[in-house]
Amino acid sequence: MKKLDQNKTFLNRVLDSDGIISVLVVLLGFLCGTILIAMVGRNPLNMYKAILQSLTGYNIDNGKMNVRYIGETLNYSVPFILCGLSMAFAARVGLFNIGGEGQYIMGLTVAQVIALLGPQVPVLHWLLAIFGAIAIGAVWGGVVGILKAKYEVSEVVSTIMLNYISLYLSRIICLHLPGATTYKTANYPQTALLTNSFFERITNNSLLNDGFFMMVIAVVLYWFIMEKTKLGYGMRATGFNKEAARCSGIPVVKSIALSMAIAGAFAGLAGGIVALGSFKYGRVLSGMDNYGFNGIAVALVGNSTALGTMLAGFLFGMLKNAQALMQSKQIPKEITFIIQGLIVVFIALRSGLKLYQQWLNKRQLQKEIMKEGVAK
Amino acid sequence: MSTILGMIPSILMIVSPILITAIGGMICEKSGVVNIALEGLMGIGACTAASAHVLMEAAGVGGGSVWIALLLGALVGGLFSVIHAVAAINLNADQTISGTGINLLADGVTIFAAQILFSADRTKEFRMGMQTDALGIYPTAYIAIAVVILSWFVLYKLPFGMHLRACGEHPSAADSVGINVRKIRYIAVITSGILAGLAGGCCVLTQTIQYTSNTINGKGFIALAAVSFGRWRPAGVAGAALLFGTAQAFSIIATNFPSLKVLPSEVFNILPYVVTLVALVLFSGKNYAPTASGRPYVKGAS
Repeated sequence: MKKLDQNKTFLNRVLDSDGIISVLVVLLGFLCGTILIAMVGRNPLNMYKAILQSLTGYNIDNGKMNVRYIGETLNYSVPFILCGLSMAFAARVGLFNIGGEGQYIMGLTVAQVIALLGPQVPVLHWLLAIFGAIAIGAVWGGVVGILKAKYEVSEVVSTIMLNYISLYLSRIICLHLPGATTYKTANYPQTALLTNSFFERITNNSLLNDGFFMMVIAVVLYWFIMEKTKLGYGMRATGFNKEAARCSGIPVVKSIALSMAIAGAFAGLAGGIVALGSFKYGRVLSGMDNYGFNGIAVALVGNSTALGTMLAGFLFGMLKNAQALMQSKQIPKEITFIIQGLIVVFIALRSGLKLYQQWLNKRQLQKEIMKEGVAK
Repeated sequence: MSTILGMIPSILMIVSPILITAIGGMICEKSGVVNIALEGLMGIGACTAASAHVLMEAAGVGGGSVWIALLLGALVGGLFSVIHAVAAINLNADQTISGTGINLLADGVTIFAAQILFSADRTKEFRMGMQTDALGIYPTAYIAIAVVILSWFVLYKLPFGMHLRACGEHPSAADSVGINVRKIRYIAVITSGILAGLAGGCCVLTQTIQYTSNTINGKGFIALAAVSFGRWRPAGVAGAALLFGTAQAFSIIATNFPSLKVLPSEVFNILPYVVTLVALVLFSGKNYAPTASGRPYVKGAS
């Protein structure tokens, strides 16, 4: 009897821990992906070889080591983590920011504009471009917050609209930049680039750049605002219970608008870093980069905590970097999208666990009552 | 004038899939479930229809192949929507999360299937898509009109439609008079999946020659915009879809008009989204959306 009790508490502990469930969800996603690969007659081992190589740079087939892969994985992770923070920040206030993609695109666009037209002063140039990206992201997110707080426009619908508005607006703007063709602009001046020669040296010329530092600063800032400031407390309170927060004197409208602005700033920064760090020229986007949409998954896996979001972002960066390797090993690279999609679906299904837990507790209670009845 | 008349078939071609999807989305929201997975479901339907059509053409099925492909697209769209139904109805999941998950999943599944079937990141080109009738209009336009009329008839003239709307407005009241809320919501979600899949098929078989990751490119989200801009009524949604589809068509055919050439074609692409956003702000305060839309129904809870 005692053992059964222990079992139950163990199960309950697992069900209660968001972290453990996230890990289980990710594993389940990979398991389904593996089965799918095997079902279509490819070797799932090749997928894991590609993932290993993108994670450690070690090629298991020929025993060669290339640290460039580590650098690229970290570089890919940066926008995932920042877009994840964007989604997470809004989620803490009880908002669903599907607009990360739009905020990202606007950040990218403004960074490109400043990079090509701004003053070519060392340091100041890229600093200006990055701050421009953060600012436009904040505006793009803040608008959603104001619409939500003042006019009760659902942030889900308005952010979806803004995503596509951003995409086409970006095209209109970028097609007018110097040297613009249908898909790219002229090369940036040297002063606009985020390249970091130290990173380049130690990672065998990967694209890893100063954006990495900005990401780390952003993660720390996220944690600090959320957990340590009055502002973050008010936001979390708003997220838990809007009415209760309002009654205890927290300015709910301001909280919502500000949180969406900060959320947008994170995504805008991601756009700026990708524009100036991963490319030497401006791009005329023909479709979405999908960092913003995947940021939703990153935040969900990371349970909207700073550390969790960062780890989830690394996971997604690793998968993205592994795509080309998979393709060369006869594994369709879209398997990574499938795994990511499955992870989000499973997270949605997670609410079923709560129902299961309630059912377990109810049954336990019934059993105890029955037992007492028999004893009497 | 003749150029405008000449544009009607191409406008209808672009409007039809958006309209069919939007009606599905409307039915779903009327029953109380928000479905932002329309985009992904359209992609899945389009990929299924395109692949089925290519394979059947190769096997020499002939003229009926297009219709079987459409049917298969609708079927697979319906199947995928079951995921959303289970999550939203049985497990009380966050409907936005599960919708986003299906959208992400669809991006992967469609191209993955193409990689396996055709060893490329797109389906093979089919030789002959859907054929136009004597007026130059694709049959998809008639399908779309039929869907609108049928949805209006079922939702507003049949008891079933009233029950469905009740589930979206006040599910516990509906439950108390013996309506099976879960069953009705299931039917609504799967209907929206079938319609989105069908629309995806219509889209790929009339507008292009193969499925690529760019085939749907936001059409599902335009449909979603049409649902809220059309205030959750069949006629309104049809009007909104017509407006948005025309804007989309203009981005392609604006080059025929010297006066419109000065505008970048992207202006027309942006139009539906801006109009919806402005409309949402203007109509704010008056809430036209079904009251219980997006909220899981927990039996016994007040």
